[in-house]
Amino acid sequence: MRFAYDTSYRESRRLLRFASDRAAYALLAVLLAAAPFVLPVFYVGELTYLFIFALASLGLMVLTGYTGQVSLGHAAFLAIGAYAEALLLNAGWPLPASLAAAAALSGAAGLAIGMPAIRVSGLYLAMVTLAFAILLEHAVGHWSSLTGGFTGMAVPEPRLAGVSLGTPTGFYFLCLALLAAVLLALVNLMRGHLGRAFVGVRDSEAAAWGLGIRVPLVKVQAFVLSAAITGLAGALLAHQTKYLTPDGFGMMLSMQLVLAVVIGGLGSLRGAILGAILIGLLPSFISHLKPFLPDRIAKQFGLEIFVFGAVLVGFVLFEPLGLNGRWQKLRAFFETFPLYRRDTFRRGKAYMRSERYK
Amino acid sequence: MSFLEVRDLALAFGGVRALDGVGFSVERGQVFAIIGPNGAGKTTVLNVVTRVFAPASGQVLLEGVDLVRMPRHAIAGAGVARTFQNIELFEGATVLDNLLLGRHRFDHGGLLSQMVQGRRARACEDASRERVEALIDFLDLAPHRNQRVAGLPYGVRKIVELGRALATEPRLLLLDEPASGLNPEETRDLAFWIDDIRHDLGVTVVMIEHDMSLVSEVADRVLAMNLGRALAEGTPAEVQSHPDVVAAYLGG
Amino acid sequence: MQVLQLAINGVSVGAIYALVALGLTLTYKATEVLNFAHGDVLMLAAFIGWGLIVGWHWPFWLALPATLALVGIAAYGLERGVMRRIAGQPQFAGVMLTIGLAFMIRGAVSMGFGPESRKFETPFSGHTTHLGPVVVADLNLAIIGAVLAVTAALFVFLTRTRLGVAIQAASQDQLAAYLSGIRVKRLNSLVWGLAGALAALAGMLLSPITLVDISLWFVLLKSLAALVLGGFGSAPGAIVGGLLIGLIESFAGVYAPGAIKDVVAYIVLIVVLVVWPRGLLGEAHGRRV
Ligand SMILES: Nc1ncnc2c1ncn2[C@@H]1O[C@H](COP(=O)(O)OP(=O)(O)O)[C@@H](O)[C@H]1O
Ligand SMILES: [Mg+2]
Repeated sequence: MRFAYDTSYRESRRLLRFASDRAAYALLAVLLAAAPFVLPVFYVGELTYLFIFALASLGLMVLTGYTGQVSLGHAAFLAIGAYAEALLLNAGWPLPASLAAAAALSGAAGLAIGMPAIRVSGLYLAMVTLAFAILLEHAVGHWSSLTGGFTGMAVPEPRLAGVSLGTPTGFYFLCLALLAAVLLALVNLMRGHLGRAFVGVRDSEAAAWGLGIRVPLVKVQAFVLSAAITGLAGALLAHQTKYLTPDGFGMMLSMQLVLAVVIGGLGSLRGAILGAILIGLLPSFISHLKPFLPDRIAKQFGLEIFVFGAVLVGFVLFEPLGLNGRWQKLRAFFETFPLYRRDTFRRGKAYMRSERYK
Repeated sequence: MSFLEVRDLALAFGGVRALDGVGFSVERGQVFAIIGPNGAGKTTVLNVVTRVFAPASGQVLLEGVDLVRMPRHAIAGAGVARTFQNIELFEGATVLDNLLLGRHRFDHGGLLSQMVQGRRARACEDASRERVEALIDFLDLAPHRNQRVAGLPYGVRKIVELGRALATEPRLLLLDEPASGLNPEETRDLAFWIDDIRHDLGVTVVMIEHDMSLVSEVADRVLAMNLGRALAEGTPAEVQSHPDVVAAYLGG
Repeated sequence: MQVLQLAINGVSVGAIYALVALGLTLTYKATEVLNFAHGDVLMLAAFIGWGLIVGWHWPFWLALPATLALVGIAAYGLERGVMRRIAGQPQFAGVMLTIGLAFMIRGAVSMGFGPESRKFETPFSGHTTHLGPVVVADLNLAIIGAVLAVTAALFVFLTRTRLGVAIQAASQDQLAAYLSGIRVKRLNSLVWGLAGALAALAGMLLSPITLVDISLWFVLLKSLAALVLGGFGSAPGAIVGGLLIGLIESFAGVYAPGAIKDVVAYIVLIVVLVVWPRGLLGEAHGRRV
């Protein structure tokens, strides 16, 4: 068993309150720092991709998990960030400026789509974002003078103060550092004033208005923040893939992001990371599995999409709180051992609360 | 001029005249109850006062300022807080966060400071936390502080909603059927709290309530409504025995 | 001349959109789930139809009802076995669950049939009819005729039969319907079965024009635009919206620049939702507090 003794409110807000937590995260930090020096290059690249995907997943989590606004088209913001990064580097911008501008441009696109989108909610928003992403993919493909069209465009090597970050190790640390910085900022934001307002808007707009929350403004803020983070991830993704084509930012990528936040557990930053790891690793896991499957099945691209679907269905039906929910149950089990009761996480009585427009 | 003056509110939904010229006034520090059969328009009055709906005509004057002219999000800042008939809590958040959300309208130290947990953001957070802890003590919510609202029993949820409204430091508190669904013991606690809210916190209370024994116990004045209109106004005893009120409840 | 030709082409494609949008509306009204797997059900039906006609050499007029029945029963089972478990959860759960199911269907069809497109013949394939000055493929006439007939039959069913009226009642107010003795859960499964059969019909009509291919599910996205334009949640709106989207696409193909035709439906969707969320025949929104 473990107890928390708080001597001040500040104490109760400290991030890593227990020695065991601090030790675990220190170990994780050491492992991540050592990884590129001991792992084969291929796995360094895989890890880097996971960092980027986790960053994008954090972006979507802010919007869908915290503010309850569904976006089925977040790959659009990845695309904006990626193309902005490539174009700005080509124009001679230094890396920090191009990364910041890619995030800002994507955030501005989030503002442009978010402002009208706040007029609609729920399913409507899901449809608007889906349509927006299809349109953007189409536009990128046909605006060849700017984007290279369907033939694509090469991405310049990332350089910082004359040093190349294009090496696997250099790029690994760039992505890790940005992920850590964004994660820390979000941890602080989401447990404070802004994050609470997000959750308020998600759980009851009527009550949120009554407490003085400007609901439309908060929704737009969430949109901009989410798009900017996702755009930053897009800029990094550009360097990861080194070559941009519009079909790299198709509907499947948007869906993978949605899967990551749902499977990770809506409303939790840890969930965004865990979900991104699972969804990011699933394709390579499946390809490792293929030699053991009948040829007929293994050859088809359908296997991957089938597994994605099955995992999603499984989580929605059996673990709606996602991987983060699982994690918390395990933790609660060990922390309160031997007093853990199974129904600690009993779901509240499910009642029909119609979201139908009346 | 009274503390709160509601004048000639009219509002129709399609063909239904939900409010049809209702008006009343409440003095500072009073507990004012609104009674009436279902569909009388009681909740709609609160919805107009809190700007959920704009009335077709009429005024809501709080110390002379017309709330009807304010944007919806400014009502909390004007010192008005409410609870809802069908509890509207932030289900996915803890009790503590629900109450802290009540502090939304107060200073929070700026976005950048929040992002890096700067001194200003921490100071604001501590101040909010202090006020909220006082409310947790007041309403005996300590055992539930860090629990998610979604799993709490009905009675506790109602109290959390009351606490959240109080966290906004209102001058005027609007309660929509606060005792419905509570057991007798919880209703007794509620009566004491309403008394404390009025006397110790100096908050004026307007409550919609069906439980006449609670109304008789805590309310100074009562308004009976039916079909969007005022039927009678007076002390609880006067209103209860008013022939129109009796007739309305008997389905007349 | 060209205008008339374009109009007829547009109406026949629009009729398919209308049929798909109608199925989406029925399940949405009954269970408040926007079924993102509807397009994949349609695609699955096309493959089943192909299997019966080309694989087992069934005549078209036998394969068509068999496909409708098979897919209808499968959709009925889907509601009973899966969708029912998330009743009462937020709408987002329904979106996720149906997207997951869509992926599973898509993956399974791809694993079972491979990536090649296929083709089956219908009694109408290859024939044309002269309607005054314009030449129309019989297939297009068959589509328009079938959709008209199905819509009329559905209308009669929903307004004149006991079962249909019960379905309508349950869609408007589940609790009231339940209290007045209607078996709401069974009706919900039935509505899903019905919508599945409608999707199957759309698949059997559309795939002779396009091809039997995995990408048939894309019709769903166009039909969402139809749904929104017509007014979300309105059955007549779904029909009108579907026909309009078909017409708009058809004319955009000739009169709009470049490749606008492929995405004009999404432009309509966004514009309508942003400036006029009610659509043509939709209802107002807002949740009561
Ligand atoms: N948002 C709304 N849309 C349509 N009708 C409404 C709405 N809110 C209330 N009404 C109608 O207005 C009338 C008064 O409702 P209400 O104020 O909720 O009554 P009560 O006195 O029971 O609180 C009722 O006939 C109700 O159906
Ligand atoms: Mg009421």
